[in-house]
Amino acid sequence: MKAKIIITPKKAVLDPQGKTVQNALDHMGYKGVTGVHVGKYIEIDLAAGTDKAAAHKALNDAAHKFLSNPVIEDYRLEIVD
Amino acid sequence: MNFAVLQFPASNCDQDCVHAVRVLGHEARLVWHKDTSLGVVDAVIVPGGFSYGDHLRCGAIARFSPVMQAVKQFADNGGMVLGICNGFQILCEAGLLPGALIRNRDLQFRCEQVFLKTDNFCTAFTSKIPAAKPLMIPIAHGEGCYFADAETLAKLKANRQILWQYCDANGAVTEAANPNGSVLNIAGIANDRFNVAGLMPHPDRASEALLGTTDGRFIFESMIAALQAKSVAKAA
Repeated sequence: MKAKIIITPKKAVLDPQGKTVQNALDHMGYKGVTGVHVGKYIEIDLAAGTDKAAAHKALNDAAHKFLSNPVIEDYRLEIVD
Repeated sequence: MNFAVLQFPASNCDQDCVHAVRVLGHEARLVWHKDTSLGVVDAVIVPGGFSYGDHLRCGAIARFSPVMQAVKQFADNGGMVLGICNGFQILCEAGLLPGALIRNRDLQFRCEQVFLKTDNFCTAFTSKIPAAKPLMIPIAHGEGCYFADAETLAKLKANRQILWQYCDANGAVTEAANPNGSVLNIAGIANDRFNVAGLMPHPDRASEALLGTTDGRFIFESMIAALQAKSVAKAA
């Protein structure tokens, strides 16, 4: 069982990395790109037989408190078998 | 006065802070990140560096270290805490200061002298700064772009919690003088009780003529004056 957490910069936060990647894509000829947001992906291995709901609750707490900073980032959490 | 200077794995300005305090004739000692108590101290400095390798986010891991729980308690009890550079990032991550510090606007590590306009001279961190004098203090950071949402910024302004803004040599707060893209050119702020402050520039690297500027001393001298006033008040 795994937890997958995707962390992205909030829209209101300056994302110079996303902007730079967007410019590079444009220079390379990939047209029609209207925005790039560079974030983080965290994969957490969970012991087999872990209670999915309990793991979701605990990792949601960890993601809010530690893995992401709610001042500047949003996250999506998913638990998969 | 006795200063505690925290020491995390990959702190690299801890000794500079200890030295700066001693140059001013006061005592400072290092407190290891695993310590659960600060001992008897008058103020805490959270120094610059790359605590825990800056992994995840700058300051994100240091914030949960045992010593930071003691610092939080110290601050909650009204104790004076100054965070410099990575120390500022740690205090923001810990929620002791509002906002966050993100990658510099140009994605570059900036290491240079900057000028700071002091916006509030009535605090324990600024009272000894000569009015109308832009401070010349160096920065050295890759993630010093201060961000806070509009509501937080409005509160910071209304409460006069913005202590320092990046400015030019004449004291003008301009976009060109902003080295990292910080909102409102913010270089340093205080909490709403004004006992906790943080700034990205390094007063610890600006406290001796040999280093090119002694303007950083004004910040430490302000803290010492406030602590002395407090201890006189306590004795009376």
